[in-house]
This record gives sequence, C-alpha cells and structure tokens, in this order.
Amino acid sequence: MYTLPKLDDFSPAALDRAVAALIAAAETESSAVTNDAEFKIFRDHWMARKNGILTQVNDLWLKAAPKEAKKDVGARVNALKTAVEEIVAAAEKRITAGPSLESQRIDVTLPGIKRPLGAEHPIIRTKNEIVRIFQRMGYSVAEGPEIETDYYNFESLNFPPNHPARDTQDTIFIAGQENKPQRDRLLLRTHTSPVQIRTMEKQRPPVRVVIPGKVHRNDAADASHSPIFHQVEGLAVDTNITFSDLKGTLDHAMKELFGSDVKTRFYPSFFPFTEPSADVQISCFKCGGTGKLNATEGCRLCKYSGWIELLGCGMVDPNVFGFVESNGYDPKTISGFAFGMGVDRIAMLKYGIDDIQLFYHGDVRFLEQFA
Amino acid sequence: MKISPHWLRELVPYTVDPRQLAEDLTLAGIAVESVSGTGDTTIYEMDITTNRVDAMNHYGIAREISAIYDLNLKPLAAKLPAPKGKANFPIEIEVPQFCTRFTGQVIRNVNIGQSTGRVRKRFAQLEQKLINNAADATNYVLLEMGKPTHAFDLDKLEGSKLIIRMGRAGETLKTLDGIERKLHTDDVVVADANKPVALAGVMGGWDTMITAETKNILIESAWWDPAAIRRTARRHAIHTDASHRFERGADWASCPISTDLVSEIILESGGELEGEKIDVIARDFNREPVSLHHAEAKRILGKEISSNEVEHIMRRLGFKLTPAHISPVATTVSTGRAAGVIEAPADYTVELPTWRLDVEREIDLIEELARIHGFNKFANTLPGFTGAVVEPEEAQRKEKIRSILLSLGYNEAISSTFIAKADSQAFSRNAIVEIANPLSEEASAMRASLVPGMLDMISNNLNRGTEPSKIRLFESGHVYSLKNVKNAETEEHDALCIGATAAAILENGTVGASASNGAEVFLRLKGDIESLLESFQHQSLSFDTDTPNYFHPGRSARAMLDGTTVAHFGQLHPNIATTRKLKQDIYIAELMLDKLIELPLRSARYTRLSRYPAVDRDFSFMFEDTITFDRITTAIRALRLAELQSIEPAEIFRGGNVPAGKYSLLLRVTFQSTDRTLRDDEVALWSTQIAEALKSLGGAQRTQ
Repeated sequence: MYTLPKLDDFSPAALDRAVAALIAAAETESSAVTNDAEFKIFRDHWMARKNGILTQVNDLWLKAAPKEAKKDVGARVNALKTAVEEIVAAAEKRITAGPSLESQRIDVTLPGIKRPLGAEHPIIRTKNEIVRIFQRMGYSVAEGPEIETDYYNFESLNFPPNHPARDTQDTIFIAGQENKPQRDRLLLRTHTSPVQIRTMEKQRPPVRVVIPGKVHRNDAADASHSPIFHQVEGLAVDTNITFSDLKGTLDHAMKELFGSDVKTRFYPSFFPFTEPSADVQISCFKCGGTGKLNATEGCRLCKYSGWIELLGCGMVDPNVFGFVESNGYDPKTISGFAFGMGVDRIAMLKYGIDDIQLFYHGDVRFLEQFA
Repeated sequence: MKISPHWLRELVPYTVDPRQLAEDLTLAGIAVESVSGTGDTTIYEMDITTNRVDAMNHYGIAREISAIYDLNLKPLAAKLPAPKGKANFPIEIEVPQFCTRFTGQVIRNVNIGQSTGRVRKRFAQLEQKLINNAADATNYVLLEMGKPTHAFDLDKLEGSKLIIRMGRAGETLKTLDGIERKLHTDDVVVADANKPVALAGVMGGWDTMITAETKNILIESAWWDPAAIRRTARRHAIHTDASHRFERGADWASCPISTDLVSEIILESGGELEGEKIDVIARDFNREPVSLHHAEAKRILGKEISSNEVEHIMRRLGFKLTPAHISPVATTVSTGRAAGVIEAPADYTVELPTWRLDVEREIDLIEELARIHGFNKFANTLPGFTGAVVEPEEAQRKEKIRSILLSLGYNEAISSTFIAKADSQAFSRNAIVEIANPLSEEASAMRASLVPGMLDMISNNLNRGTEPSKIRLFESGHVYSLKNVKNAETEEHDALCIGATAAAILENGTVGASASNGAEVFLRLKGDIESLLESFQHQSLSFDTDTPNYFHPGRSARAMLDGTTVAHFGQLHPNIATTRKLKQDIYIAELMLDKLIELPLRSARYTRLSRYPAVDRDFSFMFEDTITFDRITTAIRALRLAELQSIEPAEIFRGGNVPAGKYSLLLRVTFQSTDRTLRDDEVALWSTQIAEALKSLGGAQRTQ
C-alpha cells in the first residue's frame, strides 16, 4: 500500500515526480480491486476524510510548502484530487457493474413487441408519389367534384353531344336529370379532365396543375376492371409550350417514378380534347425492355413486348381553349399540353398486384403489406 | 378488326417484314394490337382509334403505309364489261340533308351461290363469315376499301324505284337479323314505292335480301349523315359494321368506285350490268381548304418539319397542297380564331380528302405531319415557367390528419362509392343521390355516409379470417346528397370514417371485446379523436352525448371544436351489429372533414420551461354517477387558480364498498409556477378550495 512521502524539495520537477508516483500507485491499487470489500478498503485508503491519502496530501504537502511554492503546490494538489477521485469512481463502476448486469441478460433474438403502424393505401401512396414528382416541377395541385355536369366532363372537352367518342367512356349517370338541358345533366366524371376546364376558368395563363382524383365508369368489376379508379391529370399552358415539352416532361416524370433507366415511347392516339394526341409506353422496368427475364423465360409483365402502355396525353385542342378563351386562352398565342394516367394501374405494376379488386375491399391482410 | 399484311402488299409495295410493318404502323397511330401467323398468312389484329374510320380497311391502311415509306399507292379500279341497255330505276332523295349521295347499279341474270377464289380465301384468313357471293361481295369491298354497300333483290323492290325518306308512324321493317322493328319518324329509310326496304346506313331489310332464287340485283352505295345514323342505330340498339363507319363519316366520293368493285365480284359468277351507274348527288359536299403555316407547326411541335417532308406526307395521305406563292387566295385558318386578327400568310393551302372527315383545321394537319414524321423524333425538352406554385391549405390539413391516423395504427382503406339505397338511408338523413344506370341493385345509390362502407370492410375482414385485433381502418372520401330534390341537384362533401373492433382499439389480441372494458375501448378511441382534433387551432374542444341513432346510446359522443360539430364516435349500436352479423363490438368515428379543414392547423407556441418543481395533490371523493368528469373539472377551473397545471382522474372505482349509482374518484391535481417555488401554505389553501368545490358538487371526501 502506498504511503505518502514527506517532501523536502518543492521545485516543479520534484513535484511532478511525486504526483506521478502517487497517481501510478492509485492506478495499481485500483486494478487490484476485485470485489466490494476490497473496493471499500481501497476507497478509504485514498479518500477517507480521516487520514486518507488525499487528506494527507493536504497536510504533508500543501501545508508544508514554503510560502513561495504554495500557489504551485495548490494547483497540483487540486488536479491530483480530481484524478484520484476518477480512479476510485472507475473502480467502483467496474465492481458494481460486472456480475449483477450479467444476470440481466436477455435473449435479443426474441421478436420485438411492435406498436402497430397504420399502412398507407397503395393507391394513395402511389397517387401522392406521382403528385409530388410534378410538384417538384412547379405544378400546383387542383381538385374537382366527382359528380360533374355533362358540360365539364364532355362538352367543354370537345366531346359534342351524341358524338361517338362518348361511347368509349361508359358513363354512369345520376338519376332525375331528364328535364335539364344536356350540358347541365349530372354524371359521375369519367376522367379527371373536367378539372382542366375548371382550372382555366379560375386562373389565367400560365397554368401548371396536377389533378389527382377518383373517377367512375360503368365497368363490371373483375381482376383488371373496377367501376371506381383513380387518375392523376396534368395541364400546362403558356405562351411557349410545345409537343417536345410534353415529351420531355413525361419522360422526366416516368424516370422519377420508375427509375432513371426507363425509356419512354410516344405514339399517336385519339382523345377529343387533345391534338395531336399520344399514348405513352415505358420500357418494361422488370425485364429492362427486352421482353425476356432470362434465356428461356419471357416477361409477362409487359406481355413479352418490352413496353408497358402507361398514359395518354397530347397538346390541348384549340376547341378546348375556345371554351375559356375569354379568360386569356387565345389558341393563337398560347398552347398547352395535358396528360392523364391511371393510378390503380401504376400501383398494380409497381407492386405486382394482380387483382384491382383488392384495392377496394379494405382487407387488412392486404393493406398491412404497405405499412 | 383483322387485316392481312399480304393483302396490303398488293395495294402498296412495302418491303419490310410484317412485324416491322406492324411496329411502324403502330408508331404512326395505326395500332396493330397483335400479330399472328407467319408469311403470307400473317394476320394483324388492329385497334384503330374511333376517329380514323378511313383506316378501318386494307386500302386505308395501305395509304398510311405509302405515307410512312413514301411509296406509291395503287389506285382502286374495277374491270367491268360495257353495260347493256339503259337502267330505268329512278332514285329519289327526299331528305338531302341526311343523304348526300346515292349510287346504284342494276345487275341482271346473276348466279347466286357460294363465293370462290380470292373472296373465299381472304374471308377464311380474316375470319369473315361467308353468306352468298352477292352479300360476300359487299363485305369484301368493305374489308378492301371501307365503304359500306348493300345488295337488294331487285325483283322484290316494288314500283321499280327507290325513295330515300323518313320513316312513317306505324311503319315496320323486318331487318336482316330477323327482327321486326317499329320505325320512327326520325329514322332515315330506303323505301320502294310501297314500303321501307332498309334502315338507311344501319341494316338492310329481310324481305328484299339476296336469296338463292335472286336473279336481278340492285347495288347501293350511299353517303349518310353521321348523326342521323347514330340516332337510328342507338334507338334500335343495332351496331353494324356499316353503322359504325357511317356514324364516324364515310367517304362520300367513293360511292361510284365501291359500287363498281362490288359489281366486279358479282359478275365473276355471271350476270350483266344493265345501264350505267345511277349516281344521284342531292347536295354538294364542299369542304373549305385549310391554311398550313410552317411557323404554326413549329410553335406547336417545337421543331420545324422541312417543306420537302411536309409535301410528301400530305400528298401521300391524299391532301392536295398548293404552295402559297401559287395559291390564288390566302385562306384563313378555320379554328376559333378571333375575327379581325391579321393572319400571317399561309405557306400552303390544303385541300382535304373526302375520306378524312376528322381533319378540318390546321391543328389536325399538324397532327398528321407529327405522326408520320414520328413522335419519337421530337426532342425531349422541359418548358420554362414563371407562374407561382400553390399548395392548397386544405391539402396540408388533410395530410396532417392522415399522418396522425397512420401513426396511431389505423390502416388506410378505400371502399365503394356506390351503395344500396336502403343502406345509404340508414346512416344519413340527407336525400340520397340515385344512379340512372346502376351496375347492380346493391350499387344503385351514391353513398351519403362512409359508415356502411366501413362496416362492409370490417365484415369482409372478419369473414375472411383477419385477426379481429388487427382490424383498424380509416377512409377519407366524398359523400353525396341531393341539395335540391326537385332539380336533382347534388352536393358532395369531404368525410372521414374510422372503424375498428374493440379488440383492435385495445391493441391486444387476448382481451375479448366484452362489456366490462367498454369504457377503456371508448376512451382509447376518444384519445385518438382528441389527438386528431387537437392538431387544429381552436379555443374549445367539448364533448356531449348527442349522437345519431346508429351509435350505442351510452357509449358514443359528439365532439365540437369551438361549438361546431366535427365528429361523432363510439360503439356501433349493438342492434345494427347484429343485423350486419358482426360478432365483435365495433367502434366507429365519423369526422366532418370538410368542417375540420376549414380550421388552420395549430401553430406551435413556445412557453418557457419552469425551473421550479411541480406539486401534486390527490383528492379522494365519492360522487353520484350523474356528476361527470367534465362537471368536476369545470368546477375546479372556475376557481381560476393560476398555478393549476392539470386535473387527472388517477383512479375510478365502482363496486366493492362503493354503493350502486356512485363512484369513487381519485383525482390528481398538479400545481406549478414558472417564477417561484410554491409554498406549502398556498398549496394547502388551494387544496381546501378544491375540496370545497368538489363537496359543492355533492362529493363525499374519503379518507385514504
């Protein structure tokens, strides 16, 4: 056990040696402590108020120091006290921690107890994902009613009354509308496109909106059809919007949605409210556009073609602008593009869901997969 | 529609293989849906958009091919012998507004029998039904060049003439499908001297059809008004190849050539032409030429298409182009341009082909240029934008509610918008919006409430074996009602519904949904509702028991923010649960989302954390059941103790030595000051005041 030497020499060099010897001794004794009883002896030896080493330091070193060395000795003694206290505290921690914590060991491979997390509906998650892509490109969000008038759903989108193009829409009509003029008759919107007109009525150009929403068609339910589905529509109108801009915008959006290596391909289609009109395909993200998963197996996702048809789009037809011309939409000076995509279909593709009905039954076992 | 690429090659000498051709056609907007077979027997299944009725036949597609590859298209021509004699068969058009042109040809001494040769072979490939050589001839010409024609048995036409007129009240016509149809005064008919013999442009008559006995034939090739044909086809619910084409606009100029092509095929089995074709033109069919500007094409498309390419695309598609320096008049563009605007001089004046009724404006010409040039040859660019980006506040508020519900463990669901009428009425006092053409009786109305859909989803889950303790759902969506029953005017609102089993609210699979823990289930649900509502700015949030009758009367509440009702929640009425065969206790909450999102979200506000200790005081009292917790807190708050921080029901106990109709409450009140340590004497004073307030509610203090 360490005993505190008396000091004759209070020079800095001598003090340094004495302090170093004391701390070395404290560390040696500390490392020898293995149990509680030994710790108490060790602690008292160094820190007991009565005759502990630190108390002795006060008496033998500090008080004995000549006047001119008092200040230097005082500083050293303070540092030394802190050091010894830390050594003692570390010893205590080591002694008390060891065996009792070991007895508290748990099986960390047992399953965790989970607080339940609600799952986002895959359609709404996908819808939000698409909307955010366009928000980042400067599009504002617009919404509209699900029960629409003939005017907004058809007439102002260049579907004249009795036009064959209306046949393709499988419209669900609200009862009791017979006595109204055709344009005021109510129906369930068959697409989110009516919000194009509603937006242009409210806002002069330039316009950039993205329009998410629920739509309905008179389609019997099966694995790939639902009378209820969701669309995201987009509209951009300005003095300088071109078909190239439409292509670039959708190419960018599809890369954000499906990954930067997908390619897009545009081919002519027909929608009454756009001219030119196009359908857009993306290269299949599953097989990389080859139509094959490997040397022997074809890719069913893209029906072996390497391409997936995903959305419709086009340059806004001048006739559509004609319905809002008084609000600054002169088709001679402005131009625009519009596009629309089916959220259900995109969600099915993204997650490999094979039955659209699953979206509308609230089956928790299905929904939980999207938490 | 099926198309033979082998037949196409007879019309235009393309050199690519059929699969490449299919790809190139599709990229030009003439969609080949699938390709089957090989070599000469390759068949395309086409998906032609409804506007392109001109391309719903071989010749029309061949014309597209000639434009895509810049190849010559073979002209349509029929080889016919010189006619004998003179046809004496007048055709009178009484309704020139509906029948612009009617071309006829009399053929005598025909042999009716089975088709042979190219007709038989091509029909087999294209899966076209064989009927007899005369009917087959009309169908062959339809497949070949798209013009619907018809063959009458000449000897069955009374009075040796045809009249194009409206149907008359009381008239009937047995059509080729064997159905006796009542004619309408709005139906355009082909009639002989005495009776209708065809529903114009839709279907021929039974009595005048070609039979094995037919000796003499009249061929008809007419042009009918699209709207008139559509009206008649819809009224009689007939959709034929002919009506499909006439509704979308046939080629009026092709009446003579189609007649000749049909004659040519019939004559192959015998017979002779009697006289020249009868070609009655009731009305001129003039279409205004359209101006085309390079600059306009560039403005819309983003790049210039060279004059050379413009000219070849337009000419191959059958448009007649006159460059401006030759054109005698610079015509103005016909699309909705404001009068008085000075037009830039056109680069071309374009005459429109008679088969392209879908093309009538400059923008339509620009589309033709773009699609034959190839959509994918245009660069991908992003437009600049100077407008502002606006995110509606309502959207942020809805998203906040959604994220709270998700974090509370409710799964987001979407149920049907449609509902059985009776079901809708059970959960809403509003007038129900009914559907004129519902998918089924169970889907005959629009939902007026989200509750029935929620109950259906819960029931689906229970029936399909979802563990009851996991059934926690919410749905946000529109509900609909009539705001004006007389005019059937509707309104729709944002609504939100939460639904869960009692077990799921307790988040504990082992706890049964028994009556004894109803209070805990209710209070947990209430806690969730409070979490939602407290995220909105408000002065007061209060609850009472005024709820609709589909709730359990003793276990449901109404929530009000600043006096506005924003939610009903609680246990579903057990009778309704029984009716719906729900064997679990079900809890639901309806939020008036539209009202809620009118309120701003609560903005966070900082108050300095107190550096002084809080002091708790417990009060043990017995109360009558009629003294609600709300009354207790109101009484204490009325003391206006500035240092009062919270009032918590630490323990509620009924039964044991507590008499029936009463309950024992251990109330924990916390005091704290932000600027000093509370003194014992002031806390003691407040405690006395609180005890007095509780006694004034009839509470009996219990010793602990």
